[in-house]
Amino acid sequence: MKWWQRLWRRNQMEEQLDKELRFHLDQQTADLIAQGYDPEEARRQARLTFGGPEQVKEDCRDARGTRWLEDMWQDLRYSLRMLRRNPGFVAVAVLTLALGSGATTAMFTVINGVLLKPLSYPEPDKLVTLREHTEEYGDQWGFAYLSFLDAKHESRSLAMAAWTYGGGTVTEPGEAEYVDGLQISAELFPVLGVTPSRGRAFLPEEDRPGAAPVIIISHSLWQRRFGGSPGAVGEKLIFEGKAYTIVGIAPSGFQLSAEADVFTPLGQNIEPRMQNRDAHFIHVLARLQPGVTLRETQTELALITSHRSKQYPKSDAGRDVVALPLRQELVGDVRPTLWMLLGAVSLVLLIACVNVASLLLARAVSRERELTVRMALGADRGRLMRQCLTESALLGLSGGVLGVLLATIGVRPFVTFWPGSLPRAEEVHLDWRVLLFAVAVSLLSGLLFGLAPALRAPSLELERVLRAGARTVVGSSRRLHSGFVISEIALAVVLLVAAGMLGSMLLRVSSLDPGINIQNAVVARVALSPSVLASPTQARVAWQDLLDRARQLPGVRSVALTDIVPMREGENNLSYWATPVPPPQNEEPLALASSVTPDYLTVMGIPLRQGRFFNEQDRMGHELVVVIDDALAQHAFDGREPVGKHLWIPAISPDPVQVVGVVGHVRHWGLAGDDQSRVRDQIYYPFAQVPDHLMHFFSSVMSIAMRTDIPPLNAVEPLRREMRTAAGDEVLYEVRTMEELVSGSLARQRFLLLLFGIFAGLALLLACIGVYGVLAYLTGQRVPEFGVRMALGASTGNVMQLVLGQGLGIILTGVGVGTVAALAAGRLLQHLVDGMRPAGPATFALMISVLVGAGLVASFVPARRASRVDPMTALRQE
Amino acid sequence: MTAPKSDLPQGTLDLLILKIVALGPVHGYAIAQRLQQVSRDVVQVPQGSLYPALHRLENRDLLAADWSETESGREAKFYRLTRKGRKALETEAASWQRLSDAVGLILGMAEGGAQ
Repeated sequence: MKWWQRLWRRNQMEEQLDKELRFHLDQQTADLIAQGYDPEEARRQARLTFGGPEQVKEDCRDARGTRWLEDMWQDLRYSLRMLRRNPGFVAVAVLTLALGSGATTAMFTVINGVLLKPLSYPEPDKLVTLREHTEEYGDQWGFAYLSFLDAKHESRSLAMAAWTYGGGTVTEPGEAEYVDGLQISAELFPVLGVTPSRGRAFLPEEDRPGAAPVIIISHSLWQRRFGGSPGAVGEKLIFEGKAYTIVGIAPSGFQLSAEADVFTPLGQNIEPRMQNRDAHFIHVLARLQPGVTLRETQTELALITSHRSKQYPKSDAGRDVVALPLRQELVGDVRPTLWMLLGAVSLVLLIACVNVASLLLARAVSRERELTVRMALGADRGRLMRQCLTESALLGLSGGVLGVLLATIGVRPFVTFWPGSLPRAEEVHLDWRVLLFAVAVSLLSGLLFGLAPALRAPSLELERVLRAGARTVVGSSRRLHSGFVISEIALAVVLLVAAGMLGSMLLRVSSLDPGINIQNAVVARVALSPSVLASPTQARVAWQDLLDRARQLPGVRSVALTDIVPMREGENNLSYWATPVPPPQNEEPLALASSVTPDYLTVMGIPLRQGRFFNEQDRMGHELVVVIDDALAQHAFDGREPVGKHLWIPAISPDPVQVVGVVGHVRHWGLAGDDQSRVRDQIYYPFAQVPDHLMHFFSSVMSIAMRTDIPPLNAVEPLRREMRTAAGDEVLYEVRTMEELVSGSLARQRFLLLLFGIFAGLALLLACIGVYGVLAYLTGQRVPEFGVRMALGASTGNVMQLVLGQGLGIILTGVGVGTVAALAAGRLLQHLVDGMRPAGPATFALMISVLVGAGLVASFVPARRASRVDPMTALRQE
Repeated sequence: MTAPKSDLPQGTLDLLILKIVALGPVHGYAIAQRLQQVSRDVVQVPQGSLYPALHRLENRDLLAADWSETESGREAKFYRLTRKGRKALETEAASWQRLSDAVGLILGMAEGGAQ
């Protein structure tokens, strides 16, 4: 018989065992009778020589070798019977656990999809992203195109590819539309290991200036504009006024950091910045060659860069290159936030476990008599502990199953409500890793909350327990019970204080002055007609024309152009200095530079502090001027009068430029994030003074900003109509009100507050249930004592005070422990969330009083019940 | 509770059982009787530990068992040796023989006095 057969034929085996032993006894008795013993004596003798039949049977069962399995099966059935008899207890326990493990599993599902799963490229762990690194600003730098070419040729350990953003207007076939695009080097698709779903990737000879214009389009653009027709490859696409031949269609869902609809060869770009070693706009990704380690790569890169900084000291001194896993770049900064949320959610799970543990413990105490009787009958301690653990594992698993269900429901809204877009969101779904995690979590939690009662249950003082009767045995369990509640409360304090910190931070930050007037202002990006972009003069005229016509629209008060919009993505950081002697290479301060038209200040409502803003005279041919914000004034001039002074900004002009005014600081990096940002200084310079050779580039990044007397979005449609009548291929896109942008800059913090609020609420609820449960149980145990007290003259008030005092003691101890933990957790939170300040005493006081209040309410019910004890009944119970 | 009465060295009970079963299919009671008779009551096998040993050997596939009728017409569980059991018996018996020879030699030497 195989072991699994034995398991199923247990009854049959038992029967046979019984029969075999009975045969032995009968046979021996018969022999003894034959020897002359009388039957009664013969049976006795036979029994004596044989030993206790039950003991022999046990030994035989052990000899089968499948004992543990049989026991488990038995335990399982026994547990099911026990649990079925207490449906209320089971419902509470399973639901509590399901909430905890569901929330944890949902969080893990997100982490698994976003952070843990390998990228969906072949051999994803060999993919890295390369960044330039300087002492002062860290590894946030891209490459200059020429540096990329050099590195690509010199490196033996890496296959490199480059890309940069390059969106534009598609005019044919179909309506004019702005699309996101990427300019990529010919190596990009091969390095990633991706092949276009139709057609081919770029050839090396197409990745050069002057080559025939070719383009790869996204799957979605192919569907949109060509209806998914197979004939699209080879067709023409008019992009930025230029006829491109479609050579390939990217596989559906293909994206780098952002989705793109068109891909053009980077090498065909002939903008001046392609030849500028100071223009760090190229993203580089690379694949390790077979057999090469990341460390070897790092060494080779160090060699290449040191060589390069000797060759081009002016641009490249002090610059290193670091290789980071590609996933890190694609996932961005969500990693710490997600781990923090998993941590918070685990606290909720922990509270749930503690709650169930204290429920189980209460039951274990009331079952103490049962267990003791079983021990007295010969059950061994380990076996009883296993029985208890089987029961809690069963509870844990059922909670886990329900939790997985909750997680599948809960994870979608989480991804949807994630502020902005969650990277790799399409990878977030249930898979074997998540299921494994869920099973592990539920078993582990089952073990966690089952252990204390299990360890305690088979106490060895059999005799005492048996003699005492069930009710008076409390002793050590009271301490353990209070310990549970104390830890629950401590955990709740941590979550409450974290939520409180987030709340007070949001309150503080929301009331900060963004530096602009956010009412009635709207911004939108503009793609001019590609036909005018070829000539700088024509582009200037087209922009002026757009401004003039927008200004005529009803309800529009003032209009301006800008390349950088506060709190919107996009930045242009330029190095500057305020003395004729430049600071050491790559140690110059950086300032956020915006190229704007004269009315920008009025449109945004930025206050003018000193001097003047730009006017129509500040154009080509006149002296180059800039306006600075008060942060830069403070930083560079340190209280001296800045107006009339000069700044050296090599990206604008080799000669110094004059400061004509100082304006207020704008919180460009978000209400919460601005204080911590590395680049806080701000410079404005006139769009009219942008040199001709940069006009094409600037034209592709400009936005229009309007201040209106009417609701700002109402002015957008008239503007769009106006643009359509002008040329027909000008496009307005990414329309946002300034109110949206400012509130969006706090979206992450608001989202976190919402989640932490939910977690803290759950924690509070669970902790209160815990306090209630334990006090109700403990007072229940003390009913006879209360009876005696009242018989001796204690008033109802005295008894209530007694119980409330006990509750308060537990709560305050928990609060004490929790406060220490919360201080530590608060420090962590400060690291992870922009704008966080240490939790003030006010936050602590508020959160703790909420907790103590709720805890007292929870203790009130048992206290009241205790005070209504009728002394006579209570004493009779004893 | 049966306290162990025999001074059987560890593992010898299995060997003895195998040897007895090797003579032909036999039930548990008969094995117990045979053990006592053959050893002239020197070997006292606690009957309680006989059955766990039988089940253990069956579990290790050294023995197989069938239910059949005894001469008296009652159903009993008859054990017989499997091929694996026969092999185990041979190796066990040989190693036991070697061991007891060696022990005998040493004891004999002590008797004669080592010069």
